[in-house]
Amino acid sequence: MSLVNYLVLSGILFSIGSIAVLTRRNAIVAFMGVELMLNAANLTLVTFGRLHGDLHGQVIAFFVMVVAAAEVVIGLAIIVSIFRTRGSASIDDANLLKS
Amino acid sequence: MDTLNLAWLLIAIPLVSSAVLLLLGRASDSWGHWLGVLASAAAAVLAIVILVQLLGLAADDRVANVHLFDWITAGDLTVSAGLLVDPLSVTFALLITFVGTLIHIYAVAYMSHDADRRRFFAYLNLFIAAMLVLVLADSYALLFLGWEGVGLASYLLIGFWNQNTEYAVAAKKAFVMNRVGDMGMLVAMMAMFATFGAVDFETVFGAASGAGQGAMTLIGLMLVLAACGKSAQFPLQAWLGDAMAGPTPVSALIHAATMVTAGVYLIVRSGPIFEHTPTAQLVAAIIGAVTLLFGAIVGCAKDDIKKVLAASTMSQIGYMMLAAGLGPIGYAFAIFHLITHGFFKAGMFLGAGSVMHGMGDEVNMRGFGNLSKYMKVTWITFMAGWLAIIGIPPFSGFWSKDKIIESAFVGEGWQPWVFGTVALVGAGITAFYMSRLFFMTFHGKARWNDGSNEAPGPERHPHESPALMTVPMIVLAVGAIALGGVLSIGDTFVSWLEPVTGHVEHHEPVLPVPVIMASTIVLVLIGAFLAWRQYAASAVPVTPPAGTVLTRAARVDLYQDAVNEGVFMRPGQHLTRTLVYTDTAVVDGAVNGLGSGTLGWGERLRRLQNGFVRSYAAVMLIGVIGALVVVLASRV
Repeated sequence: MSLVNYLVLSGILFSIGSIAVLTRRNAIVAFMGVELMLNAANLTLVTFGRLHGDLHGQVIAFFVMVVAAAEVVIGLAIIVSIFRTRGSASIDDANLLKS
Repeated sequence: MDTLNLAWLLIAIPLVSSAVLLLLGRASDSWGHWLGVLASAAAAVLAIVILVQLLGLAADDRVANVHLFDWITAGDLTVSAGLLVDPLSVTFALLITFVGTLIHIYAVAYMSHDADRRRFFAYLNLFIAAMLVLVLADSYALLFLGWEGVGLASYLLIGFWNQNTEYAVAAKKAFVMNRVGDMGMLVAMMAMFATFGAVDFETVFGAASGAGQGAMTLIGLMLVLAACGKSAQFPLQAWLGDAMAGPTPVSALIHAATMVTAGVYLIVRSGPIFEHTPTAQLVAAIIGAVTLLFGAIVGCAKDDIKKVLAASTMSQIGYMMLAAGLGPIGYAFAIFHLITHGFFKAGMFLGAGSVMHGMGDEVNMRGFGNLSKYMKVTWITFMAGWLAIIGIPPFSGFWSKDKIIESAFVGEGWQPWVFGTVALVGAGITAFYMSRLFFMTFHGKARWNDGSNEAPGPERHPHESPALMTVPMIVLAVGAIALGGVLSIGDTFVSWLEPVTGHVEHHEPVLPVPVIMASTIVLVLIGAFLAWRQYAASAVPVTPPAGTVLTRAARVDLYQDAVNEGVFMRPGQHLTRTLVYTDTAVVDGAVNGLGSGTLGWGERLRRLQNGFVRSYAAVMLIGVIGALVVVLASRV
């Protein structure tokens, strides 16, 4: 099985993720899109690690997972707190910094 | 030398009086005019005392420098204010204070119906003080102070009735045209500073012989320009006619006897400079000759009695300027004519004022006629002035003008013939227009409405003026009759001025003196006869006839105003408009454009910050893709 298939899959996942971020108004769904993009990147890293035959790619993928876990915590907390104060999880409503 | 040190009082007395009158305001309305007369008279008495003191000294000792105070001290530069008391300045001081006092007295009656008479006297006193500063100054800097002072007083007095827009405009015109001349004065002073490092007479005259020809010519020409502005000489003469908007005593004092002669004083005083610059001297003489004819021609056509006198003043100052431009041989005669002219012309202006007083402020001579029957004193005093100005011996004007004509004939090459002929012809024309004025006003048939004839206009009741007005006229008439002759006995006046003008050997004119004298008198008689035939023996039309091309041109001052307007005023206005446009369009445009451009870009960039997270994300994504494309493309 060619490694190119993994890269193509990664590209597809990244595209799905970015489309989700750009088109969905729901903060949770957009957040999921972000996670999908991160994991697409992880898949690419692991693929290239395999290609080179060393562990660098996998190590960086672990770093990304750790950062993503931390990010999820903060991101979800922000979303929940916005939902509590403004009664909406739509990211288009969170535009108070404008003007 | 005691009294000479008191010379500053000459200036201080009228100045203080003027300040008092202006500061007290209406509170001094009832007695203000008498204070003005008193201040002027006190200055006159002091001037006479100084004259007597000077006469008691030997001729060579008659020059005294009176140091007053250090005026400007800055580093190495010191400009001190001091007075120069010498025969020339004392002569002027006497003329100013004596004639000035007579005119003050006259004005008490003349202005008696004016609510602002006190203010009028305040300005007159201010004028006397400024004029005395001008003639007594011992440096060009202090002279300039007086120079501007008389300009200010002249402006205030021409526009004294400034509720009339025309008069206010006339005042402004005089002021602006004088500024052109003042610029010459300033440039001359700057050139002196650059050349000699000082502007006091002593240093400048002492170093004049060592300076370069170019610098001296520049200084000389600029002084001539200054003199042209102040003395209404060609090409800066257009203001004098309009200056007649001022009350008649002002015309008599400022625009006939004293201020307008300041230019002649300046040139005579600057004699040591002009000695080294024949070019400037020649220019002064040419300007004098041109103005002499110019004024005389204009005088022949005007119907306004004061404007004829103004044109005549211009022409007579042309004579003085011509004499001053001839160099040392003419200086004394220029001043001599200036003094006699001060008397007879002031006398005639006061006479004209008296006529206007009796005729309800009418100035059109075509509406006069036969006034000799109603105003005997005015008629006789005016006749003295008339005979003096046309130069009938033994009246004052004959002695001074004849000397100038003689001097004009002295020299080599083309100059004596041109200048002499112009002076000679000018005398003939002078005789014509002054006789025209005299006959039109006092003789012939009455052309005013006396209630019974058919003449147009309101009913007039001509009457003689009160004694306050006639007495100064009589005194000035006595001067017009006798002053020239008395001062000519044994060349008294010329030798009195010698410490200033220098001793001059007698020069022979290119024509024999008796021939010049005889042809002058013949021309004068012809001019007077022509005027008599046309304006006394035959009827004068009440409405001016169409006249020849020359007459029509002379009526509008030989198109001088049109020339000034076309050559200087319109292009000047266009220049300022262009500059204003450039300023608003280019300079302001650049600055404002920068501001509004930045604002516009800010506005456009602000649109990007729309507050939608998803659009930010899209921008980021596009940016990343764009960056990737660039990076990958550069690798290939």
